[in-house]
Amino acid sequence: MSEQLTARTIQITGANGDEIQAYLATPDETDEPGPRGAVLVIHHMPGYDRASKEIVRRFAELGYDAICPNLYWREAPGAAPDDAAAVARAQGGVPDERLLGDAAGAIAYLRALPTSNGKVGVIGYCSGGRQSVLVACNLDVDAAVDCYGAFVTGTPPEGSLRTNLVDQLPNLRAPLLGMFGKDDKYPSPEHVAELDDILTANGKPHDFHSYDDAGHAFFSVDRPSYRVAAANDGWAKIAAFYGEHLATTASTPTGA
Amino acid sequence: MCTYATVHADMDGSAKGPGSEWFHVTAATVYFDHPVHAMAEHTLNIDLADAAKGPNGRVALELRADSARALIKAIQDALDSVPEELRV
Repeated sequence: MSEQLTARTIQITGANGDEIQAYLATPDETDEPGPRGAVLVIHHMPGYDRASKEIVRRFAELGYDAICPNLYWREAPGAAPDDAAAVARAQGGVPDERLLGDAAGAIAYLRALPTSNGKVGVIGYCSGGRQSVLVACNLDVDAAVDCYGAFVTGTPPEGSLRTNLVDQLPNLRAPLLGMFGKDDKYPSPEHVAELDDILTANGKPHDFHSYDDAGHAFFSVDRPSYRVAAANDGWAKIAAFYGEHLATTASTPTGA
Repeated sequence: MCTYATVHADMDGSAKGPGSEWFHVTAATVYFDHPVHAMAEHTLNIDLADAAKGPNGRVALELRADSARALIKAIQDALDSVPEELRV
């Protein structure tokens, strides 16, 4: 736990070598001298907004270097988050390949920090929940958290740039923590059960929690979907999960 | 959920937007998804935009589904009320 932290906007190299904006929060050296783990935060579809940045700072408070790339930087550099999200939406959204390139750039940035113990977790909310699973199926991460990502299983709408991830799940490279609301329709309890069954059949470690009296986006503190009991318990489980999988161990490499 | 589904329509008209300035509207983007400001989990969202004006060149609406249906009816009623000789 870090009482003091630093947060700032930086540029990182994303997909296709593009320079994109990212929000970085790091614990103070005196509180967390390192080496330490790191977390990649994937923002929800409404964008790189204040609530997403609050999440990044919370991971720094928990003792991790944390970063959130602005996935809409190319479409709308410097725009307000809601305007950027609208432009990105009008242009079809973020293709999976580009998301993976941006995530790879962010992960490389985190591992190159002098404080890095080499371990990186990924977490995403809403559309970012699906993208978190996508990252864990394709990139080298040590732990992944899916917060109510739709269309990991199930059928995306016709014409969507996205597919479900069913054919990629056998490639999942990291333990997956799933956070879901029982009242959610996408993903529904049936979608979550299908994901659970597929991961079990493939021998993939996972730990799912589905909350009563919670639907989609129950972690969103600035939306009517916020559910304090589910969110508080969810944050505790996330902290424990990353504490287990991102901790520095005797065999953990240090530095870049 | 994020629905991902987005409907586009070409537009030719004007809107009063950022800075209380009028601008030419060339496109409408319509989708049912999370609002930014409305106190609802999902709303019918309409962005009336001129892409040439950049990301903030838009008027954004977030309407509850019943309000969106009421707007459709109001628009249709207004169009239906136009005298025959003024219709184009």
